[in-house]
Amino acid sequence: MTNHDIVVVGGGPAGMAAAVAAYDAGCTDVVILEREPSIGGILMQCIHNGFGLHKLGQELTGPEYAAVYAKEVAKRGIKVYTETTVTKVTEEKEITAQNREGILKIKAKAVILAMGCRERSRGALNICGSRPAGVYSAGTAQKLVNCFGYQVGKKAVILGSGDIGLIMARRMSLEGAKVEAVCEVMPYSGGLTRNIVQCLEDFGIPLYLSTTVVRIHGEKRLEGVTIAQVDEKRQPVEGTQRYIPCDTLLLSVGLIPENELTRLAGIPIDPITNGAIVDENCQTAVPGIFACGNVLQVHDLVDYVSEEAERAGRAAACLTTDTQSIALETKAGYGVRYVIPQVIRSREAGAELFLRVTAPFGKVRFVVTDGEKVLHTAKRLKAAPGEMEKLTLKPEMLKAATGPITVSLEVMA
Amino acid sequence: MKRQLTCIICPRGCALEATVQDGQVTVTGNACQRGAEYAVSECLHPVRTVTTIVKVANRENTMVSVKTETPVPKESMAEVVAALRKLSVAAPVAVGDVIAENVCGSRIVATKDIT
Ligand code: SF4
Repeated sequence: MTNHDIVVVGGGPAGMAAAVAAYDAGCTDVVILEREPSIGGILMQCIHNGFGLHKLGQELTGPEYAAVYAKEVAKRGIKVYTETTVTKVTEEKEITAQNREGILKIKAKAVILAMGCRERSRGALNICGSRPAGVYSAGTAQKLVNCFGYQVGKKAVILGSGDIGLIMARRMSLEGAKVEAVCEVMPYSGGLTRNIVQCLEDFGIPLYLSTTVVRIHGEKRLEGVTIAQVDEKRQPVEGTQRYIPCDTLLLSVGLIPENELTRLAGIPIDPITNGAIVDENCQTAVPGIFACGNVLQVHDLVDYVSEEAERAGRAAACLTTDTQSIALETKAGYGVRYVIPQVIRSREAGAELFLRVTAPFGKVRFVVTDGEKVLHTAKRLKAAPGEMEKLTLKPEMLKAATGPITVSLEVMA
Repeated sequence: MKRQLTCIICPRGCALEATVQDGQVTVTGNACQRGAEYAVSECLHPVRTVTTIVKVANRENTMVSVKTETPVPKESMAEVVAALRKLSVAAPVAVGDVIAENVCGSRIVATKDIT
């Protein structure tokens, strides 16, 4: 078992941003565990542009956006284990992973879950028919085309108008394939309007709303699909069936956060988002385990993934660097009867301390200390138990404090 | 002539209305200046950034993703992809490397590191 302050599970956009943010927030012992041969995640196959406008102020392709963060990871010397698959995360923050060298066991102070999501498959749709080759999830086809240079087909129908489906309609058209139709079961498209314009309208590809694929035809290779309109209950309407010959069917029918590890760790999951239940810092119900990016909720824009992950990274760093997250106890020292509040939890806004002295005094000085270190002093011409005293501590006084914060009184000449 | 357009410059996707009269375009509905520029170009000479891939000759089953450095005329999108399908490059390649000097009026640059 090795020890690390923070272990990030997944080296996609969320994992990279979380690791960098954690490092910058003061936790330098961060490692990333990634199952692919390189970090970057799904961005590496999203070769189209449109990433980074919000977060980086420039329009980048997916691999370029990933490269920006990969560079930041490398610059900080953050250790990345590639081709390393995490098989288990426990509530005690023990991580089991596997790679060519064998089994890796790491004990962490904080864990950031950034496993992303995966596509819903044909099995989840219950489409009738045979099981020929040529039926792909849109993301699989995207990887085959963009990373390996395969042509997945020549005549395609796409089911689902989510952004990946739309992007693939354009990609296949540019690669010389004919995209016959995009079918969407809902009465509206699930993708961004800009993608309907630049991926479908630019290429004259029809979008059929309230329409689905009801049958898959073909023995060895897909020969065609039957599409049909659906009613409000998403049931096919009799008489609207239409056969479209094609050798390829792409499914772009939704994404599922990949939360197997989360469930295994006993972390409660929200039934609507299919991601962990979290607080404002992306901390799950298990203290010290965070979740961010598409494993938490499926995002439209990677820019927001990065932002969410940075929040998680910073919060995880706070836990491990101890300066910000530890509650500070306050104590009454010489001449002071009590101090309210007894505990300071949040330091960003500073703190106001209220106290009373033990007896009447003449000219005095209140001294606020953090251990040996003097944080603040305040003079009074006189002090009496009947008069409540107030001392204001500024945020910077508390920033590096470790507690307890003691208020005592010195009698002045 | 009035045209309804959706701005594709950023994900906000503003609904634009462009009025073309004597080669002059007036635009409404844009939330920022780039939307106006998009509408003018879309009405007069539509352009697109093309992203595609180029084969890496010395790596098995590996493609490097590339893009046109500047947008090219919309009608030459397929031509760009077809031209680049014939090319191959040798690794290592870094983001920003120039892959071709002039394809349909734009430089082609790599968008991925291949080590
Ligand atoms: S007009 Fe501006 S804000 Fe609106 S979609 Fe275009 S670039 Fe984005």
